[in-house]
Amino acid sequence: MTTTRSITKGKVAGIISNLVIVEADGPFAQNEICFILAGRTKLMAEVIKTERNKAYTQVFENTRGLCIGSEVEFSGHMLEATLGPGLLSGNYDGLMNNLSTMEGIFIRRGDYTPTLDTAGKWDFTPIVSDGDKVIAGDWIGEVTENSISHKIMVPFVLEGDLVVKKIVVSGSYTINDVVAVLTDQSGYEIPVTMTQKWPVKKSLTLYKEKPRPFTMMETGVRTMDILNPMLLGGTGFIPGPFGSGKTVLQQSISRQAEADIVIIAACGERANEVVDLFTEFPELDDPWTGRKLMERTIIIANTSNMPVAAREASMYSAMTLAEYYRSMGLKILLLADSTSRWAQALREMSNRLEELPGPDAFPMDLPSSISNFYSRAGYVYLNNGHTGSITFIGTVSPAGGNLKEPVTESTKKVARCFYALSQQRADSKRYPAIDPIDSYSKYLEYPEFQKTLATLISPDWVEKVDKLKNMLIRGKEAWEQINILGDDGVSVDFHITFWQSEVIDAILLQQDAFDEIDARTPLLRQKYMTDSVMDLLDFPFHFESFDEVQPFFKKIIGKYKQMNYSEFESKAFKDFEDEILSISEGSKMKS
Amino acid sequence: MRMKIFQKIYTKLERITKATCVVRAENVGYEELATVDGRAAQVVKILGDEVTLQVFKGTEGIPTNAEVIFTGKPPTLKVGEDLAGRFFNAYGQPIDGGPELEGEEREIGGPSVNPVKRKQPSELIATGIAGIDLNNTLVTGQKIPFFADPDQPYNQVMAMVALSAKADKIILGGMGLLNDDFLFFRNVFENAGAIHRIISFVNTTEDPPVERLLIPDMVLTAAEFFAVDKHEKVLVLLTDMTLYADALSIVSNRMDQIPSKDSMPGSLYSDLARLYEKAVQFEDGGSITIVAVTTLSGGDITHAIPDNTGYITEGQLFLRRNTDIGKVIIDPFRSLSRLKNLVIGKKTRADHPQVMNAAIRLYADSVNARTKQENGFDLTSYDQRTLDFAKDYAEKLLAIDVNISTEKMLDIAWDLFASYFSIEEVAVKKEFSDLYWPSV
Ligand SMILES: Nc1ncnc2c1ncn2[C@@H]1O[C@H](COP(=O)(O)OP(=O)(O)OP(=O)(O)O)[C@@H](O)[C@H]1O
Ligand SMILES: [Mg+2]
Repeated sequence: MTTTRSITKGKVAGIISNLVIVEADGPFAQNEICFILAGRTKLMAEVIKTERNKAYTQVFENTRGLCIGSEVEFSGHMLEATLGPGLLSGNYDGLMNNLSTMEGIFIRRGDYTPTLDTAGKWDFTPIVSDGDKVIAGDWIGEVTENSISHKIMVPFVLEGDLVVKKIVVSGSYTINDVVAVLTDQSGYEIPVTMTQKWPVKKSLTLYKEKPRPFTMMETGVRTMDILNPMLLGGTGFIPGPFGSGKTVLQQSISRQAEADIVIIAACGERANEVVDLFTEFPELDDPWTGRKLMERTIIIANTSNMPVAAREASMYSAMTLAEYYRSMGLKILLLADSTSRWAQALREMSNRLEELPGPDAFPMDLPSSISNFYSRAGYVYLNNGHTGSITFIGTVSPAGGNLKEPVTESTKKVARCFYALSQQRADSKRYPAIDPIDSYSKYLEYPEFQKTLATLISPDWVEKVDKLKNMLIRGKEAWEQINILGDDGVSVDFHITFWQSEVIDAILLQQDAFDEIDARTPLLRQKYMTDSVMDLLDFPFHFESFDEVQPFFKKIIGKYKQMNYSEFESKAFKDFEDEILSISEGSKMKS
Repeated sequence: MRMKIFQKIYTKLERITKATCVVRAENVGYEELATVDGRAAQVVKILGDEVTLQVFKGTEGIPTNAEVIFTGKPPTLKVGEDLAGRFFNAYGQPIDGGPELEGEEREIGGPSVNPVKRKQPSELIATGIAGIDLNNTLVTGQKIPFFADPDQPYNQVMAMVALSAKADKIILGGMGLLNDDFLFFRNVFENAGAIHRIISFVNTTEDPPVERLLIPDMVLTAAEFFAVDKHEKVLVLLTDMTLYADALSIVSNRMDQIPSKDSMPGSLYSDLARLYEKAVQFEDGGSITIVAVTTLSGGDITHAIPDNTGYITEGQLFLRRNTDIGKVIIDPFRSLSRLKNLVIGKKTRADHPQVMNAAIRLYADSVNARTKQENGFDLTSYDQRTLDFAKDYAEKLLAIDVNISTEKMLDIAWDLFASYFSIEEVAVKKEFSDLYWPSV
């Protein structure tokens, strides 16, 4: 899109909810942003369909009171995010308006606030020198943003080889001060500030290479880390019926995961859940650095009561921020709750445009929208040899909890980890309700990751995980047999097999997200507990009759739970461990 | 919105469908109110000079030369202290024979609260009902529906909750309310001496269903007045949201929109969320809490209405008849208060979370035991004990007629644990069993 075009204007010719048809007096582009004048208020809108001089626009606001003939001004650009230092710890809406600087209790229509603070000064240190050759995305300087080294980069939109004509000396500058002047091949001079813009729907691909992910991202959530690990630069999704624990799980991950920056997109979900983050993150510590969690977090809040079109944009805004920080060589964790609400926003617009609907009235191109989005995540080698990653985990809220629906099915094709939350587990309060048998992490099959695990945890770890999964499956089968044939209709071994899987479930998989100690289990402790449980279960148990099995294992589970609630390697922890040993010794003695 | 100096009258309808009519007119605002042949209508679509109006009462008998008058403004409510104690219809007009409202005129369905201006809810609402206070504790600023079959006493339970909730104002939104139920609410509130704190907006089964669509916005506009302007604690009761959603589907069908699941409009989630998200806690103490009713058909919660509701609200309270004790209980499995974690063990006794979870886990075991029993298998001693426990638990704690303090609920739970199980079987944190396990 050229920026030299003279400004196109238009007039409102039709209004159907937030779909507004504009008759334009000049050229305009698909996805161009325009502003509709409703009285004195400017309403932001995006062109989503073009028919000769008619622009079909989705308005990011309520259109109440709008009249035919209202004036429209086209902006000449697509929906853009403003990037630069000062994003961290921010709270934005889906269009990157700063929520914290808005006045009043209510979000007034057309109240657009700048993303970044333009007055504050940053201590800038140059990385390049005059005369250096650079290309788009190269680091030319840095500032410290909440202890993170925020790289100032050659604007992403610039093309070809550039030369640093002049770079400022170290000092304190605002984001709009010119910190460098570049020249392009034709000698044209380009002033560079600490801020730049990028169209959010376009992926930012200024890196050399995107290998398959191969390093673990520790989450402290045992059932994930042990059974189905997530990787730096990996993708995963969490489908589950309402109330099954998607948000709680994502919040645990956002607090505990090994990441430099966490971006949380609250997309069409509850405002109170965002308030939880606002309230708790400034208080809670980042377990990796000891600093406050809020310092590494950006929240994009387009809650369910905010305009639907802005909800669609919110996911793209969040991804663009992630790509921006990844270009600085950082590890980004991007969480979106819920991608189904985003898909529904697409559906609402598509229906209003009277497009031919696909399954469940979702737009036909839903699968490609989803796959394009997920493919923006990943681990990358930057042009300067540094690495960066975006790990993306989205929740999916399937209608009626039924996974045979378009959003789940399309996501399953692109996301490599599948954390299926089960209603049954949630009902029996077995949290996190991730079904250990249906869920998967495709990364476990990657040889390069298996190698990582062998060095990171132990050489036989992958086998152990396999064994755990098998024990869980066999436990489930045994349970089914017991239910069909009755307690005494099966051999005692069935009971033992079932209860072994119950121990694994209760001790390794179930985890109380609200208990200070149990909520997060570091990898070392996970390994310790896994080994402990597996050693115990390896013992060839012998019981005279099935009714001895349950009390024995219940006792074991009870003690192990206490261990989970105790400080690692504390006296209490060790005492419970000793008790477990003596209980199991006791049972050995009997046999 | 601009006011019109001259009210232009149009007398030529281009098209008339069951619920809408089209008139050629200029200078009309989107969502503006109008009257068509004296009936209230609202602008739902404008294409060029063709304005589509949705007629709330339906279009039966409307002639092609009917008078169309535009009011120049969207639906509004006059808000003020004089709302208290009054009864209104869906348009905010008094139906109690009292005086007209005098307050400030506000557009209904106003903007949403900036999330950074909200406060995390933290004030417990005690109802005395153990199925709620013990297992699904409510908090001010929360939004939560009862999921109930149409024959269950949901309105009675809701009235009980409302009266014990210590709210400054209770605002009732009745949608498709049976006249008998409307009178029930009025009597209960009157008998409790609470009528001066109650405001009601009512659409009964005798009124046109599409008018219901205005009720929640009227209720919430009044609620925002008291919560924001007057810093009061407001409790909003919405019954029955299923009938509200039905009205949404009637409208969208008549507008030829592509239906999604269960012939509900594709925007159902956003439509409902817009209302429920008005629940809020403010810094200064003002709050809006929404307790709603979503009736189910045949207990099916996968239907689009309860399903979307569940995805929006902060939990749900599931009413179910327990055949063991022959009473309605708050089902501990499907019921959930998402905000309970903000208060339990903090505003209540520290053992609350653990006791709650342990009891529900044991209750779940009783369901397995019951399946075994029904399949004709022998029960272990543990199975039998879970069954006995379950019956006692339902009777003493889950039944909706239990009315005690939370502390007492916890004590009862410990007693039940000790009468049927060993400490290991109950498996709660040792610090709590040390403190509360009843000594024999
Ligand atoms: N790990 C956990 N530990 C303890 N309780 C949990 C855990 N996970 C979920 N819960 C309980 O389940 C409730 C619902 O969880 P959550 O809000 O995450 O569900 P959800 O899947 O996001 O639902 P929705 O789709 O409606 O947003 C929580 O309020 C909490 O009570
Ligand atoms: Mg959620």
